[in-house]
Amino acid sequence: MNDARNTILSRLKTASIDQTMPLARNISNSVNWSSNYKVQLFRTQLQSAQAEIYDATDHSWLMTLQHICQAKYLKNILLSPTTSWGEAIIENSTNLPSLKYYDDPVENWKQTLFEGIEAAFTSTYGGIADTGTLILWPDTQEPRMMSLVPPVHIAVIEKSKIYNSFAEALKAQHWNETELPANILLISGPSKSADIEQTLTYGVHGPKELVVIMV
Amino acid sequence: MTTKFRTQFAKALAQHEVRNNTESVVNKLRKHRLAAFPDQAEWISMRRHSTAIRANATSKLPQLLEQLETNLQRNGIQVHWADTTEQANQTVLNIMRFHDARFIIKGKSMVSEEMGLNDFLNTHGIECLESDLGELIIQLAAEKPSHMIVPALHKNRKQIARLFHSQFPSIPYTEDISALAQAARRFLRHHFATAPVGLTGVNFMIAETGTLCLVENEGNGRMCSTAPPVHIAVSGIEKVVECLDDVPPLLGILTRSATGQPITTYVNMISSPRKPNEKDGPTAVHLILLDNGRSRIYSDPELRDTLNCIRCGACMNHCPIYKHIGGHAYQTVIPGPIGTILEPQKNGLDSYGELTQASTLCGACQEVCPVSIPIPKIINRLRWEHIRKSSCSTPGAGSGRRKTEAIIWKIWAWNCIHPGAYNRITSVATSMRRLADRILAKISPWTAARAVPRLPDTTLHERLKALKIDNE
Repeated sequence: MNDARNTILSRLKTASIDQTMPLARNISNSVNWSSNYKVQLFRTQLQSAQAEIYDATDHSWLMTLQHICQAKYLKNILLSPTTSWGEAIIENSTNLPSLKYYDDPVENWKQTLFEGIEAAFTSTYGGIADTGTLILWPDTQEPRMMSLVPPVHIAVIEKSKIYNSFAEALKAQHWNETELPANILLISGPSKSADIEQTLTYGVHGPKELVVIMV
Repeated sequence: MTTKFRTQFAKALAQHEVRNNTESVVNKLRKHRLAAFPDQAEWISMRRHSTAIRANATSKLPQLLEQLETNLQRNGIQVHWADTTEQANQTVLNIMRFHDARFIIKGKSMVSEEMGLNDFLNTHGIECLESDLGELIIQLAAEKPSHMIVPALHKNRKQIARLFHSQFPSIPYTEDISALAQAARRFLRHHFATAPVGLTGVNFMIAETGTLCLVENEGNGRMCSTAPPVHIAVSGIEKVVECLDDVPPLLGILTRSATGQPITTYVNMISSPRKPNEKDGPTAVHLILLDNGRSRIYSDPELRDTLNCIRCGACMNHCPIYKHIGGHAYQTVIPGPIGTILEPQKNGLDSYGELTQASTLCGACQEVCPVSIPIPKIINRLRWEHIRKSSCSTPGAGSGRRKTEAIIWKIWAWNCIHPGAYNRITSVATSMRRLADRILAKISPWTAARAVPRLPDTTLHERLKALKIDNE
């Protein structure tokens, strides 16, 4: 295969490149919305992609979570016991469904994850207003399949972390200066498909419902 | 004149159900795209930026590929190079054998279609399962995709309902789209959980960080790249971009051009296999970089623009030819305008050169292309390559040259630069116009379905003379 590598690269390198097109990366057609407007746009965009949005505060979000779990008749919910959000949930778990923790490598409980878990609760790394997008940086505490396998994904986002655009989020969060996680996800609604007659249907392979709590 | 393609095109034109399905979906896609670019000035500026990003990446392609490889390897992703589709297939097979795997679950990948991967693996006793809803429909029907973005757009819900019912007899017959999608979900879920290897395509590869970006709506791409212990990504070498900052503009214009969405449900950015102490994600990630003629296309400064394509499919949705004949008539992996320039370059003008005639040169494809690929110009260039006398870098150049045609054009050219002869010939043609009518009616497929234009009884020169207009 090394042969293939060298053949391909040497063919590419013999090509004559006469002019390169100037590329201005810092062109600023970027917007700068007020935080209120960003939150409003974020909400509108996510709602138009069939996500459910709840407004809450630092104090009320746990009640919102309880309300969501009850309204959906959830029997269990997967969460991280070690994030500050998870710790708060564990302390106030009386009105919540059975709490499940992702504390084992997936190989040891894949079947249960795929068949037995009804919902997962995760934090987010930020949000994008103009597309209505959650940014997730899954890690050892909140593994990536939490936002993929359970039929309901409940995510909490701090309004202060909603950026105007993806381009702005990259810069503001200094993505190119840090070691990137194994997997970064931008999530903009529940799973969907329009492969049949270009007609939208939700809940194809990922979560059927995306619920976002803004604090 | 009957050739393989003309026969196929005629057959496609007679398939009214496929034509209706195709037209109805491309009309929707066009409407969605139009709504996604409400501001012409913004479209122009987005397009200019995206064009510059792709042109920049293409101009530095070998350097960026080396940088990408270094960074991917540093991150723990194994990089394989394949000059041909055979090498790429063999690499997948080797990885499968290394892991003792006999089953692979696939996300949508046009490169794997280009490789003919499913057939290859099947002959080696490995079962492949497509997980994108459209691709699954195609696989169950034993067909090929007819569109890059909506692979099963040639089928309507009734056809899919019958197909699902025959393949999954336990599921009650339904024409409800949501119920059909849920049937696919139930069927595939177990396979996601148990597949030993997952395979996906790639939308962008970021050289700066060593990251693979995948764009999708269903979540099956995430499943294939997350749930199995091994993930294989396949990509053409041209999909590399220089840095992270290049992703947001390209992503925004890709999804808007393809389906009119501001962003897809999922953007999946993979920079490494599972890290220490992580509880999920594949423990091995492989990237196969496929050339298959791309570096040859790269050697020509004009044809090189073909490689800037970000596979949004907008050119297909706006092509008057594609709309009528549908994707299968092209008999290529990639149909539509981009296919008519890409496939003959990859596979040779001798077998695919005629495809370049599947265009009216109306220019719609170039107008909607988010990275401004001059498709009509390249079509013209390839038409010339097809009939040129000398050889060139494109395989099969000159294979379409016919002696009689060349002689006729030579006479025509000579005639046009000899006014005396020109006047005499046109006046003879005018006086014998009844005979000319009959000849014209026979020699051209154009006149088979259209009225033959009648030659006037006087030539233009004679008429101008009669009107006393004489400004040479």
